[in-house]
Amino acid sequence: MLVSLTSTTPDATDLGYLLHKHPDRVRTVDVGFGSAHVFYPEASPERCTATLFVEVDPIALARGAKGRAAVSLEHYVNDRPYVASSMLAVALGRLFRTALGGSCDARPHLVTQLLDLEVNLPVLPVRGGERIVRRLFEPLGYEVETAPIALDATFPSWGDSRYHSVRLSGRHTVRRVLEHLFVMLPVLDDRKHYWIGDDEVDKLLRRGGDWLGAHPEATMISRRYLRFGGYTDEALARLADAGADDDIGVDGDVVEAAEAAGQANASGPDVDRPIRLSEQRHLAVLEVVRALGGGRVVDLGCGEGRLLAQLIDEPSISAVLGIDASVASLERAERRLRLDELSERRREQISLLQGALTYTDDRLRGFDIALLVEVVEHVDPDRLDALTEAVFSHASPTAVVVTTPNREHNVNYPHLRVGEMRHRDHRFEWTREEFAAWVREVSESFGYSADTSGIGYEDPDHGPPTQMAVFRRSASAHNEGRGADA
Amino acid sequence: MREQLTDLEVPDLGLVVLCGASGSGKSTFARRHFADTEIVSSDRCRALVGDDEADQSVTPEAFDLLHAIVDKRLEIGRLTVIDATNTKPADRAPLIELARKWDVLATAVVFDLPLDLCVERSRQRQGRITPEHAVKRQHQTLRRTAKRLRKERFGKVYTLGSAAELDTVTVTRSRLWCDRRHDSGPFDIIGDVHGCHAELLALLGRLGYETGVSPVAHPDGRRAVFVGDLVDRGPGVADVLDLVMSMVEAGSALCIQGNHENKLRRALGRRNVQVTHGLAESLEQLEARGPEFNARVADFLDGLISHYVLDGGDLVVAHAGLPERYHGRSSGRVRSLALYGDTDGESDAYGLPVRYPWADDYRGTAAVVYGHTPVMTPRWVNNTLCLDTGAVFGGELSALRWPEKELVSVPAAQVYYEPTKPLDGADGTSGTPSASLVDIGDVLGKRSVETELQGRITIEADRSAAALEVMSRFAVDPRWLVYLPPTMAPVATSRRPDCLEHPDEAFAYFRKAGIDEVVCQEKHMGSRAVLVVARDATVAAERFGISNDDAGVIVTRTGRPFFSAPGVSGTLLDRFRAAADAAGVWESLGTDWLVVDAEMLPWTAISAELLRRQYAATGAAGTVALDTARQLMADAAGRGADITALASRTADRAAHVASFVHAYRQYCWDTDGAHGIEIAPFQILAAQGQVLARRPHCWHLEQIDALVAASGGVLRRTDRRFVHLDDADSVADATDWWQAMTDAGGEGMVAKPAQTIARSGRGLVLPGVKCRGREYLRIIYGPEYLEPANLERLRKRSLGRKSSLARREFALGIEALDRFVANEHVSRVHECVFGVLALESEPVDPRL
Repeated sequence: MLVSLTSTTPDATDLGYLLHKHPDRVRTVDVGFGSAHVFYPEASPERCTATLFVEVDPIALARGAKGRAAVSLEHYVNDRPYVASSMLAVALGRLFRTALGGSCDARPHLVTQLLDLEVNLPVLPVRGGERIVRRLFEPLGYEVETAPIALDATFPSWGDSRYHSVRLSGRHTVRRVLEHLFVMLPVLDDRKHYWIGDDEVDKLLRRGGDWLGAHPEATMISRRYLRFGGYTDEALARLADAGADDDIGVDGDVVEAAEAAGQANASGPDVDRPIRLSEQRHLAVLEVVRALGGGRVVDLGCGEGRLLAQLIDEPSISAVLGIDASVASLERAERRLRLDELSERRREQISLLQGALTYTDDRLRGFDIALLVEVVEHVDPDRLDALTEAVFSHASPTAVVVTTPNREHNVNYPHLRVGEMRHRDHRFEWTREEFAAWVREVSESFGYSADTSGIGYEDPDHGPPTQMAVFRRSASAHNEGRGADA
Repeated sequence: MREQLTDLEVPDLGLVVLCGASGSGKSTFARRHFADTEIVSSDRCRALVGDDEADQSVTPEAFDLLHAIVDKRLEIGRLTVIDATNTKPADRAPLIELARKWDVLATAVVFDLPLDLCVERSRQRQGRITPEHAVKRQHQTLRRTAKRLRKERFGKVYTLGSAAELDTVTVTRSRLWCDRRHDSGPFDIIGDVHGCHAELLALLGRLGYETGVSPVAHPDGRRAVFVGDLVDRGPGVADVLDLVMSMVEAGSALCIQGNHENKLRRALGRRNVQVTHGLAESLEQLEARGPEFNARVADFLDGLISHYVLDGGDLVVAHAGLPERYHGRSSGRVRSLALYGDTDGESDAYGLPVRYPWADDYRGTAAVVYGHTPVMTPRWVNNTLCLDTGAVFGGELSALRWPEKELVSVPAAQVYYEPTKPLDGADGTSGTPSASLVDIGDVLGKRSVETELQGRITIEADRSAAALEVMSRFAVDPRWLVYLPPTMAPVATSRRPDCLEHPDEAFAYFRKAGIDEVVCQEKHMGSRAVLVVARDATVAAERFGISNDDAGVIVTRTGRPFFSAPGVSGTLLDRFRAAADAAGVWESLGTDWLVVDAEMLPWTAISAELLRRQYAATGAAGTVALDTARQLMADAAGRGADITALASRTADRAAHVASFVHAYRQYCWDTDGAHGIEIAPFQILAAQGQVLARRPHCWHLEQIDALVAASGGVLRRTDRRFVHLDDADSVADATDWWQAMTDAGGEGMVAKPAQTIARSGRGLVLPGVKCRGREYLRIIYGPEYLEPANLERLRKRSLGRKSSLARREFALGIEALDRFVANEHVSRVHECVFGVLALESEPVDPRL
């Protein structure tokens, strides 16, 4: 990995004083994950370039900063040794600590001097593409040139990599440019940074103190730093490694993400809608639960417990069970619900259990209401019969509430491509007619009656964003699957 | 004065309740005749919960414990002796309830000894004294209530009336009538005869019995087992009874009771019986044979029992089938279920009772063979088989050879009796070959799976939890998922200076395990795939219970569909099917479905995203970064900087990256849908009735070569060398082959015992070890792994865990196939497959 800093303000070789590195020597420092070298490919009064090159030790890198064993092969075949990532920022911090600190004993007056500087990052990993590079650096007063790097010339169909060769030029102090790089490299990369501890994140954010606050993308910059603090399930990572590229997790809700970013329905009629769709959904479901008389309620596919959090405060509900296939989600739900702070009496009314809806499960029997809120569309169509059998026949609650997206409504989401679904894990999204057909079939097969309705803004042509069915078990549920005797 | 009791007979599966006042000698008696663990004593339970045998204040808790222990012992079928006073009916009632819950016989032994003796003995006891008034009260209560013991539903009541009797009496344990586990046949199990005498003779003839003599017998000593319903409806009821009675008497047949025998017996006893369902014919025919014959028949019918457990517990025969928990048990309920099945009074459109489809839920290891409900064709469902093929209705009379599991049938000469409703395949199931759903209880939590190859394999709860998420979110229907491939360990690390893996270590491993011959197979660099191929959608529906018009699946090693794009799997399966048609595989293996282990190429077909994100990206980044760095270093060197060493190292790294890019490119080519995709099968795992994974590799390769030859290029050949480990030339030849293959960019090879499954003194020999090429390993260990300093550190790798996982996963995979081929319940197959996935979530170095 490397970065070059070029000064074109005469006498350009002053750069050597500012960086505390003599232009005629090669300076080498051990940075833990390898050795960092500074050398000068050119050093004339007109133009002087210092290059920081880090020889990464790939084996030490794979072993991880804190001696953890890496869980997936990705840690071994890794772009880290070659790209300008957070590790380069760390090396920058070590080698140019004095310059970053703003001192230059030999030429103190240079510290505050604005120079015409150029930064060359031959391989810069960028999440979000060229646009992001511009959004980050242009407000800071750089001219930005980028060129994408192709993945493999032999396979043009693979397209470009997420790396760009980037040249930044602008008039700054050396100290400021180093600060910018120090903060922005990890932000651009936006990957888990193995070598930066939480305290260092704080430091980095402080480093950008006076200019970061005024940066129009300050929020994004902070968010990208903080997003790797959370939980990752290593056991799951190992299985995910087995050949799929799906994110196992809750990320991936395209509409929610767009809503959060204020992009959803930008041209849609409910642009001024005060609450988000997921909240509307929860309110609608809560209302139905109340109308059904509450009682014992099971939230099938409860995820991180957003709906549960509302259910537990509903007085008509006597007991709540949250079921999810993901242990990680259940742990987050447990924290969200603050189960450890509840009284024993309240605690007994709430339980969270791991389960999967394509298996029969005796623990799900005896409930008054089962909720399938935005769940069925995460099940492969040919496994859906297993789910309905397990829920409507085996668990057989008195009522079942199902919500699922209405595909027709997707025309109101301009950021969705044609045919794209609202969440990366959606296996299908139904039109109103498809949903109605499914509701009919399930009702008839399992002895339920059902009403359907919509949640959210009702588009006159395309219907509501979410469709809902409320199933009630018929009084005379018939016996399923019996053979006759001779 | 009653006769002195000299022997006391207790069933070896049952509950024995000792009843007597304190000091009546119960504990001494129990210790003398029963094992310590068979005795559940109230005193002992008091001590266990409250530290003191005599502490009466913990009596309620002690009895909770006592009942819990009895519950569990009876559940798993252990003789259990209760050592407590049990003098009051209220004390005995919960024990009787437990015996009934678990369908075991209850025996009461009353210690009716003189009161003085009890008081005296009680006083002599060390440590504690039961007050005299208490002993007296117990004594009186028992005296008063002992006569009612039979009414309390004790099957047998013995009374010991004196100290002498107590001292001399012996205890004999008797096997239950239904317990014939010691009897391992071989058997020919015969379906409902219903008076079809001619057909029975024909069938016995087909089965090799000498039918010209009486009694009929098999020259090899095979024995017939009749599933009941010999009588009623047909023309030869008396002749059939004559034939079967003589066989049973001569020891060449066993017979269990059917509901028609039960009814006939009651009719013969002139009890009030409604004469329907062909009973009239039977009575008429028997009438003609005279009273002597009828008396013999009555005796015979009296002696019939409702089910047999045979052949070490592997075979259960019951007329209407029997759920697992009732096997080898004895109660009115067991008898009723075995005779009639689980009915609850409902009737179907034909007025026939509706039965609960017990076989849908059956997941026992014992095969259950039964009759009672006529079916068109016998078919194994969850390890159960209905043999009633409606001979009397003009169908066939069928038999099952055991242990061969071959079906033999003869057609009926005519319709002797019009069926109430058409034969439509409604046996003890709901009509699907296998219940479609697995219960969460069969996969979640800490599990242990019994395997034939490796004994009990434990799956920890956190592993099951991880597997559940992946299985439920991504895997195909469990009914398709009959196998997942095991992980594979690499060879021990080579000591050669320039590589990590070399064939030497593979050969050394197998030599040490005592293997003479191994086969080295080319390792294709693609993605592991399991193909489950049915010949058509009808077969898929019949054998796998999948009725969505799919006739097969291709899954990854974690059980997900291989291709997300619609139609790709179907096209590839069609091509495989066409190859199988052309090679005549269906006929030669006598099957209409196959499970095949294969590698799917190219690597890009499934891992395109991984390849772009990880491999190509690393290569692109490395190339640009190092080329730029080299240029800059050259410039610096031109200025006189001392940078030679760094520049030279950087040049080496650039070369490594170039080699890395070259290595992964070998495994990539563009595909479009199914176009460009190749399948390299290397094992045919299973087919109808047979787990082929146990066959030697030469057999597999021969089959596969035929498939490849017939495939017109869709299937890819796997190159191989058979190696005799004691032949230096043979070893050298294989080593050169590996060298040439890997030098040309091949991934490497897998060495396997030629006999496929092998054991050494240390247990199961690894079914294969992989030996990967020097260049290929750049993809695994990173572009720069061959740098001497890197290689040295990488040598320190530990293979133990990986090898252990490989063995366990292999055993689970074979077990899954065994169970599937034996038609066991889907959940019994799924627990093994699920186990493989769960073990795969264990932390292990992913580079191995």
